[in-house]
Amino acid sequence: MRIDVMKTYKLFIGGAFPRSESGRSYELKDKKGEFIANPALASRKDLRDAVVAAKAAFSGWSHATAYNRGQILYRMAEMLEGRSAQFISEIKALEGVTEAAARKQVQDSIDLWVWYAGWTDKISTTAGGTNPIAGPYYNFTMPEPLGVIGVIADEKESLLGLTRGLAPVIASGNTAVLIASEVRPLPAISLAEVIATSDLPAGVVNILTGSKSELIPWLASHMEVDGIDISGAEKKSDVEIKKAGVENLKRIHRFGKEESLKRILSFMEYKTVWHPIGI
Amino acid sequence: MSADIFEYSPAPESRAVVKLQNDYGHFINGKWVAPLSKKKFASINPATEEILAKVSQGSAADIDKAVKAARIAYNKVWSKTKPRERSKYLFRIARLIQERSREFAVLETLDNGKPIRETRDVDIPLAAAHFFYHAGWADKLEYAGYGENPKAYGVVAQIIPWNFPLLMLAWKVAPALATGNTVVLKPAETTPLTALLFAEICQQAELPAGVVNIVTGDGQTGADLVNHKDIDKVAFTGSTEVGKLIANSIAGRGIPATLELGGKGANIVFDDAPIDEAVEGIINGIFFNQGHVCCAGSRLLLQESIVDDFINKLQSRMSKIRVGDPLDKNTDLGAINSAAQLSKIRELSDSGTKEGANIWSAPCSLPSKGFWFPPTIFTGVTQAHRIAREEIFGPVLSVLTFRTPQEALEKANNTPFGLSAGIWTDKGSKILWAAQELKAGVIWANTFNKFDPASPFGGYKESGWGREGGRHGLAAYIKGAK
Repeated sequence: MRIDVMKTYKLFIGGAFPRSESGRSYELKDKKGEFIANPALASRKDLRDAVVAAKAAFSGWSHATAYNRGQILYRMAEMLEGRSAQFISEIKALEGVTEAAARKQVQDSIDLWVWYAGWTDKISTTAGGTNPIAGPYYNFTMPEPLGVIGVIADEKESLLGLTRGLAPVIASGNTAVLIASEVRPLPAISLAEVIATSDLPAGVVNILTGSKSELIPWLASHMEVDGIDISGAEKKSDVEIKKAGVENLKRIHRFGKEESLKRILSFMEYKTVWHPIGI
Repeated sequence: MSADIFEYSPAPESRAVVKLQNDYGHFINGKWVAPLSKKKFASINPATEEILAKVSQGSAADIDKAVKAARIAYNKVWSKTKPRERSKYLFRIARLIQERSREFAVLETLDNGKPIRETRDVDIPLAAAHFFYHAGWADKLEYAGYGENPKAYGVVAQIIPWNFPLLMLAWKVAPALATGNTVVLKPAETTPLTALLFAEICQQAELPAGVVNIVTGDGQTGADLVNHKDIDKVAFTGSTEVGKLIANSIAGRGIPATLELGGKGANIVFDDAPIDEAVEGIINGIFFNQGHVCCAGSRLLLQESIVDDFINKLQSRMSKIRVGDPLDKNTDLGAINSAAQLSKIRELSDSGTKEGANIWSAPCSLPSKGFWFPPTIFTGVTQAHRIAREEIFGPVLSVLTFRTPQEALEKANNTPFGLSAGIWTDKGSKILWAAQELKAGVIWANTFNKFDPASPFGGYKESGWGREGGRHGLAAYIKGAK
């Protein structure tokens, strides 16, 4: 009989897979109560490291051409497709759903990455434009990515929730710090493996596992975080998160299951440029 | 000697066109009503300190009355008014403002202290243009890109500042009405009079009662409005400090806010800029409206190779700014809006001197009564100085220098604000590069302080949430739009 080689589930920060600097981990069990793994229990310092990595990656990623970003998001769909089996087994174990349901969730996620991949080079065209000024000026408005976005993904359907949260945020050129589901963290870490092999520059997506209630307040009050998708946070924590985000007027939004341009634009900012016309 | 060439005879605009009442109530449900608080306060002319009129101090009870009127008007009338009819009300309002523009201009100058040249040529025409522009949207919202069936929020709480009283009213009220919302508006404490004249416009336009309600008062009145349980949306223009208080008080209440807050705009002049035009643009950027402009170009970033020449030209131009009677048609720089604002400007200006920057003020004689501050620049400013970081909101320019374009952008973006920025260069690719790198919502290249109802306005970072104007500004008043 062969002994399986079990995977060590670690964090994903700046393109690397470190353990928590705190040395902490927590025990994860499947629906039947069987031991699965000891994921890292990320600390405040890990969160700050992730924000530093995301901030450093922003300039490069937001300046990448929209075409290039689209190709990389599509590449993520390709990598996900190839690793479907791994995600299906993780979803089955953690969510206790059937093979068919798990497969459907993986396929929906892949298709959603493809959908957002196709958006990257259409955001400015659809949401920006030129403005007819009453005077000799050329004037245009375009959406630009905000910066570092915290993503607290909905975890009912773990991989799909991650995709709904992450894809629109990075499609526009933002970088992300994702706080994974506490009880269903494996798809998030496996998604890090997809990201690491998709040419997504290091630091564009950073993933932390651990205690949401411990990490979210630090994320919400971090002055280098520009916005947060709180779809996966408990509704009763909205007030606390929003109040913590006031100090730098974070853009904080909660979404449902929708896939939409609005999700992309919620973490973008409109810039309007004027120039005189003349000889 | 040369200064004499520019001596002008007084050319005061007549104030006879303005007929003020001694005191005003609130405008609620289409009627003038006495304040339940029974308290009144004076609105003064900051150029002379004379009392112009008494206005009502709005209490929580007054606010409640206004919100109730707006709710009933929304439920029973405005939400049932056909978009095409809504549109025509807005067109009417635009026309009425145009017809009474001289009256508005003179009253705005009296109440605010800004030059008649600006109220006549900028504030009032733009206010009318905002209504005209949004009138056309009212029955075309399904084309605006926010879904096929865009919905209003309901009752909108709007709080506006004192720097462009009627214009900020127009920026708030026009899109709110066009999208089918009803309004409770709280004008600034020191400049309520043109808003009260606007109430008359609503009556002349036969706007249904309760669609626009105006409650005057101070900061507490504004807080009472924001904290009212039955509002569906907040729109605020003012300081970042108050904007954060509002963000805090609505957190978790499930109502959105549009916030147009402070700024510390960088005006960057590269060594290949058209220098004379740039000097004129810098002057306009900081001395327009006494510098009481959230998007003012209050930080001048000069490339080192042109510093001496540029500062000489700037000082020479500043010496020709005519400071004085705001009603004089030749006046460039009027009165500071209030004693409180003047002391804030003085305090920050003093900090500049204390922290080691070099102050220079244009030689000009200031009137003995009223609130005045001369056009002033600080050179030798570093990024650590308070005058480089904090919004002064007065005619005070802080000059910093840079060697490379990268350094200029680094310094320009080194602020928690992100409202406006200016770029001066004759090189097209440099304009587009700088415009791309600047973290600000409005970028003026080879121009500054230009506004238009079709052009979205609003800030990045701590300069606020959302946009006003243009197609993008409509999103602020359409449920769930982004």
